Amino acid sequence: MERVAEILITILIPVGGAFALIGSWGLVRLPSLMTRLHGPTKATTLGVGSILIASMLYFPVYEGRFSAHELLITLFLFITAPITANMIAKAHLHRQGSGIDPNPADEMPEGLPDPTNWATFRTNASRRSDAQHPDEN
Amino acid sequence: MTQRLFPHPGLSVLLIVVWLLLLNDLSFGAVLVALVVGLLVPLFTASYWRNKPGLRFGWATIDYVAVVAWDIVIANFQVAWLILFRRDRDLRSCWLVIPLDVRQPEAITTLAGTISLTPGTVSADVSADGRSLLVHALDTADRDADIARIKSRYEARLLRIYQ
Repeated sequence: MERVAEILITILIPVGGAFALIGSWGLVRLPSLMTRLHGPTKATTLGVGSILIASMLYFPVYEGRFSAHELLITLFLFITAPITANMIAKAHLHRQGSGIDPNPADEMPEGLPDPTNWATFRTNASRRSDAQHPDEN
Repeated sequence: MTQRLFPHPGLSVLLIVVWLLLLNDLSFGAVLVALVVGLLVPLFTASYWRNKPGLRFGWATIDYVAVVAWDIVIANFQVAWLILFRRDRDLRSCWLVIPLDVRQPEAITTLAGTISLTPGTVSADVSADGRSLLVHALDTADRDADIARIKSRYEARLLRIYQ
């Protein structure tokens, strides 16, 4: 039993480390902000996930106590990663929209589909006018 | 009466489980405090949950979590492969606009989070009327196929969970 856990842990930790490394490499390597967002939202979740599973195996087998904190870390990570990515994407849309610091690689070949339509570009003034004319949508 | 004492049973269960996991302890005192927190917090916040979504916990939920967990593992391998071996000019990244059938804000949030965690897609924004989702894809061969995959694989399952 201890041998099986040992083998699993020795596989999981390098795999996790490799995925975390690849995710970070993607952050450096990919050409534009939107493509760079893909690295940390995905490659890193499996990287951290493998290391947490290894930790959940290690403590019951070697120290005889169960630790549940890893499950919570996974849960919080899965909740926060998409929201962070979403916030960065929205900030990026605004910077692109007002032409701040345009990186040529960030321009999508066909641009943003229907840029007036998205919630992040709605101002308070247009919300108020929607409230006055609710059937325009 | 039960409705008034337990305005949000799902939230109560979630709070109790998270509290016990945080304490990492199953002693009598820990369970007692967890029960108090799990019962009092929904009671005091009930006025903020007026439009709480009807959630069905059951096979549909387990099925959804299993599909998403599996897709996250696959997504990691695909994205790792793209990062390591695809040259920048061969990346076919583009925006996808996904028309939504789900209507509740909670369901749309779940779908957006799922899209961000699964293969090669990050959700960026929702349209002002809440009818479509703006998604960035890292590498797409066929846009319509990708949109159809997201709709059939995640949204159809979410429609069964949220009433």
